[in-house]
Amino acid sequence: MDKVMRLASENGLVLFSKSSCCLCYTIKILFQEIGVIPTVHELDQDPEGREMERALMRMGCSAPVPAVFIGGKLVGSTNEIMSLHLSGGLIPLLRPYHSMAN
Amino acid sequence: MGLRAAGNLFQLPFKQKDFKLPNAYNINLTCTKATSIISSRSMDFPSAQFVPSRTMGNYEPIHQIGMWGENFKSIDNPDISASVIVDVANKLENESETTSHEMLAPSSKHDQEASKPFDKIQRRLAQNREAARKSRLRKKAYVQQLENSRLKLIQLEQELERARQQQGLYVGGGLEAGHLGISSAVNSGIAAFEMEYERWMEEQNKHMCELRSALHAQISDIELHILVETGMSHYFELFRLKSNVANADVFYVMSGTWKTSVERFFSWIGGFRPSELLKVLVPKIDPLTDQQILEVCNLKQSCQQAEDALSQGMEKLQETVSASLASGQMGQVTYIPQVSMAMEKFEALVRFVNQADHLRQETLQQMSYILTTRQSARALLVLGEYIQRLQALSTLWTNRPREPA
Repeated sequence: MDKVMRLASENGLVLFSKSSCCLCYTIKILFQEIGVIPTVHELDQDPEGREMERALMRMGCSAPVPAVFIGGKLVGSTNEIMSLHLSGGLIPLLRPYHSMAN
Repeated sequence: MGLRAAGNLFQLPFKQKDFKLPNAYNINLTCTKATSIISSRSMDFPSAQFVPSRTMGNYEPIHQIGMWGENFKSIDNPDISASVIVDVANKLENESETTSHEMLAPSSKHDQEASKPFDKIQRRLAQNREAARKSRLRKKAYVQQLENSRLKLIQLEQELERARQQQGLYVGGGLEAGHLGISSAVNSGIAAFEMEYERWMEEQNKHMCELRSALHAQISDIELHILVETGMSHYFELFRLKSNVANADVFYVMSGTWKTSVERFFSWIGGFRPSELLKVLVPKIDPLTDQQILEVCNLKQSCQQAEDALSQGMEKLQETVSASLASGQMGQVTYIPQVSMAMEKFEALVRFVNQADHLRQETLQQMSYILTTRQSARALLVLGEYIQRLQALSTLWTNRPREPA
């Protein structure tokens, strides 16, 4: 979906979330701990939220939120972010965009 | 032939001088201390069993009855079989004890008065009849009680089924899902898991033994690597099992119900804390190279961060449910919006449990990448032994001697 891809490429670290989703909250806290500030789009507060959810699912996410894009590319959901972080790969991936705060 | 006929049998021998009366009396008395001797032809008492009285000692009643039978060979009742009735009523026992004491008195007694023993025999027989009748009544009452209980059970089962069907958003105060709400699917999911966990523990202990002996023997790194991979896969298998049962009942997994109490004490979202795991392992797998120390340090940090994030996510979930349930006025008749929001959150709980297990799996996996094969093998042993110690502590605690209250 165009909107999703457009939003995803606008910033280095983009998080599609829902304000009521506690797992999304988890990811937000993790980024906070690492010291990065993601650009967050709350789908439940977006008029096109439903369509965006479907688009994210079509891209291969098992659950529409949380969905993390780094450098415009879909990294994945909580599972992928956690694996990446434990393997030490998350921070290097974020480094180019680390100074990009919103 | 009824008791009356048996009574006649008593009379007959007395008229014959060569009849050994004392033996007959002994048989009669000692047998009836706890039993009634009835001819097998009496159909009043279908259950025929012999129970030797405690007071008889090494008495051989069958043998004695045989003797009695022999004594009557000359009479018209050759086949007096010794089928006796169990009558363990205390009353009868007491009665027979008192009467038999009289009867077992020295033979001088019956020598003196011929009629007295017969009265006593008659009384004995009457008592036996009475005891048997009472036994029948008791049996009838017992069967009636069983029938009533059975009906009550059927009734309760029906009520339970009705309650299950009715259970919706209006479950009354205090009713835990654990009591009325568990469907048979959940129950079978849990039962299946508990069986699988038992098997898992057995496998685990086997792996531990294999690892231990492998480390002491000088096996090749390749073989050791296979053992390590097996051990790791075994843990991953447990996470898969937990994921299945979490779909059936997430709170079952959250509470760590299948584990020992000490394990549960250290539980974090249904399992061990990944950071705890690292704390236990790292000191035991010395020596580490500088590179390894650095990597382990990074792993510790990222693990801790992920763990904190998940913990805070869980707290948020709890807060949300709590706030939602407390919202609106208390005493409202319906609180559907709040309850459905809570239900939604609990669905999300499954994802949290899976995420926590994923974190555990990743921690183990990353450790295996950082360590050498030998170190990994040692690490698996350390982890397994740590869990065993927790379990042993739990048993010790449960069985500790306590001061009487």
